[in-house]
Amino acid sequence: MSLIAEMSQKALSLGLPISVHLDITYRCNERCVHCYLDHDDHGEMTTAEIINVLEQLADAGVFFLSISGGEVLMRRDFFEIVERARQLLFNVKVKTNGVMIREKEAARLRQLGVEQIQISVYSHRPEVHDAITKLPGSLKKTIRAIRFLKAQGLKVSIANVLMAGNFSDQAGVIALAKELGVQYTLDPTITPKMDGDRSILALRIPGSALKQVFNNAELVGNVEEFCAPPPAPDEDVMDGYPCSAGHTACYISPYGDVFPCVQFPLPSGNVRKQKFLDIWNHSTQLKEVRSIRARDLPTCSTCAHVGTCTRCPGLAYMEGSMRGPSTADCEKSFQRTGIPSANMLKRARTESAGPLIQIQLPTNSAQDGPFPVATGSPEALAGISVHA
Amino acid sequence: MAEKYIARSKAIAARMIGGEMMVMSAVDSTFFTLNEVASTIWQAADGRTPLSEIVTDKVCQEFEVERDRAQHAADRFVDELSQHGILLVSDQPLIDSSQESR
Repeated sequence: MSLIAEMSQKALSLGLPISVHLDITYRCNERCVHCYLDHDDHGEMTTAEIINVLEQLADAGVFFLSISGGEVLMRRDFFEIVERARQLLFNVKVKTNGVMIREKEAARLRQLGVEQIQISVYSHRPEVHDAITKLPGSLKKTIRAIRFLKAQGLKVSIANVLMAGNFSDQAGVIALAKELGVQYTLDPTITPKMDGDRSILALRIPGSALKQVFNNAELVGNVEEFCAPPPAPDEDVMDGYPCSAGHTACYISPYGDVFPCVQFPLPSGNVRKQKFLDIWNHSTQLKEVRSIRARDLPTCSTCAHVGTCTRCPGLAYMEGSMRGPSTADCEKSFQRTGIPSANMLKRARTESAGPLIQIQLPTNSAQDGPFPVATGSPEALAGISVHA
Repeated sequence: MAEKYIARSKAIAARMIGGEMMVMSAVDSTFFTLNEVASTIWQAADGRTPLSEIVTDKVCQEFEVERDRAQHAADRFVDELSQHGILLVSDQPLIDSSQESR
């Protein structure tokens, strides 16, 4: 086990939040077609409030701090926030589109000892990237920023969100990352908007494209191993929890709201009203998230993929239940291994069985209206058959 | 033998977790965990207090270790961390220390 894995295990056993994702603004200079945020400012935390939160996080034991947005540089106090975070000795990762980073900003990030800068790149072609960000010239500026950051010796990674509209440019982005000498990461998951709007899910890549990703040795390493059928789950798997959300990690919005994860919009408290540690230790929502084990998941506990699935409890929550399946992850497990998930099989059975409720009207009552009159007795409901 | 002054590098991330100090270099991402004795030296590395004083006043007091043995272990620890740029070592006080170790 690596030292970092040991540290995470220790944090888990001590109930410590080792990792926090802090969005300091939702404002942005880009308008990405797949973005899940509302970019208006509804009352962001002030500089003083954010610094106070950072001090609380340091006292709580947080080590890894991701500072993100929106576009972080839309805040004039961005460097003041990062400077305080580094004084408090956080391992700081900054997520940005890079458009506002020039030589001076890159040098400042280096001086402050930021661990890593993650920059979103959607394509190596301006016409595709800029059509996604809706900001003309954005790819050129983003690539310029990456060069400035690299010249400072900073670690940079390109985050490539895959959508139907840019999937075919994936190899081009990988080549661009190689040319720039930066790490490449991809994310094939488009998430619903934070207000619950699911319309952007239409941008997701189709299953066949996912399969291509999972069979790309350059991305996954040993394809045979990566796509192998899941082993039978043992007791450890059934006693396991799905991810670090709420266990050793959480998310804080620009308005001070605390959630288990940026992808898990379950309001669990607000740092403007309560101390962070009070929320972390006593929130009923976080306690509920922590109480869930694989064996408690009605459908997923019966699934062959239970031990290997990337099931996101936040996406499941957005689909209706934090104990339910996340269909995007069902699809990933299926495309990776060719074995359908328990949820897919269940849905197929339901769909093939026809409608959930069938009503047969008494022959001579059609003239009385479309529904039989139920009097409350079982006999009165005899005309209704239910297909599970 | 010249006195040693030690200060934590600015290019690190660090946090005390369950009695152990976790330290990561921002330069090469090398990750260290320090035991309780090493954590005590680390937290006292303010650039102003001589290492010998840290050993006498902190290590020997808190852990009931024989002084020469503690000094030898502290010298080795400081050498190792300084090689990774995690600790700065000088025979003169190192003044600037704006970081807070928590």
